[in-house]
Amino acid sequence: MVLRVCRAVVGPHDAEDAWSETFLAALKAYPDLPAGANVAAWLVTIAHRKAVDLTRARARHAVPVERTPDEPSRTGRPDDWDGDLWDALAALPDKQRAAVAYHYLGGFPYEEVAAITGGTAAAARRAAADGVKALRAASRRGELEGAAP
Amino acid sequence: MTTDLFAALPADDEAAQDRLRARLLAAAERDGLLDVAYRTVDSPVGPLLLAATGAGLVRVAFSVEDHGCVLAELAAAISPRVLAAPARLDTVSRELDEYFTGRRHTFDVAVDLRLAKGFRREVLRRLGEIPYGSTRSYSEVAAAAGSPKAVRAVGTACARNPVPLVVPCHRVVRADGSSGRYRGGEDAKLALLALETAS
Repeated sequence: MVLRVCRAVVGPHDAEDAWSETFLAALKAYPDLPAGANVAAWLVTIAHRKAVDLTRARARHAVPVERTPDEPSRTGRPDDWDGDLWDALAALPDKQRAAVAYHYLGGFPYEEVAAITGGTAAAARRAAADGVKALRAASRRGELEGAAP
Repeated sequence: MTTDLFAALPADDEAAQDRLRARLLAAAERDGLLDVAYRTVDSPVGPLLLAATGAGLVRVAFSVEDHGCVLAELAAAISPRVLAAPARLDTVSRELDEYFTGRRHTFDVAVDLRLAKGFRREVLRRLGEIPYGSTRSYSEVAAAAGSPKAVRAVGTACARNPVPLVVPCHRVVRADGSSGRYRGGEDAKLALLALETAS
């Protein structure tokens, strides 16, 4: 679940770094985790912070505008991956992408999503709804473009 | 339903999970976060759980002890950083295999006796002196440990030995020749004694 969320939030190429950093940080902090805490939400909270750090780091560095098609795959099965989905997710505002990922892929209720990202549950609900709407629109466009038999 | 939108994001990606797990274990080992490494191995006395700290083998558990419970105990007693990390247990796995096939009589791995306290630890330290294939009575072990009256304590030390097999508490039997308590059950104890007398 955490890997899926990481992939949705930071994209398939940075997801494994984000996952690794998340679990290593979690391992460091684990002895301090209160008994009975929601471990999944705690992990995604850490992952969220890592994703924010990653995004900030990327903003500081030069960002390649286009991926070269022959770079080594980090996902193992590049042909199974839908480039349109990545592009559509990457095009979402950070808040929407996070809300979509934590609610729909992480399975967290909006109260939890808000606890992870900050803000209110209502705002998280709106961000997720707007995000899904944008993804649907992108997917419809993709279908229209790629409708050749 | 939104699930169709994320069809390209598989819920399970075993290859990636395996790769990430290996990477995490390496990083945890590097950063000194692998407090307890464990793995399970098959044996003639059933599946065994092996666990090691950085100091050595800390626990060998039979399946009758419920491996899940044992892992929870390790998390409570040592550290919640308990990870399946087979590499740290390669040597002891190999030596156990050699022991069960009769090719090995003594173990040559570091043992961490932190789960046994005080006199019980003292007793366990003496057990290595009992040669392969022979037995001692509880009172003989008590005398050897310097407290001839502490027969019951020796019984407890053996019955609660955290590293059976490697620390050979199965070689301590009742004076009347009956087997006495054993963490893996009486049948396991008798099977080990039979293995050692047959080799």
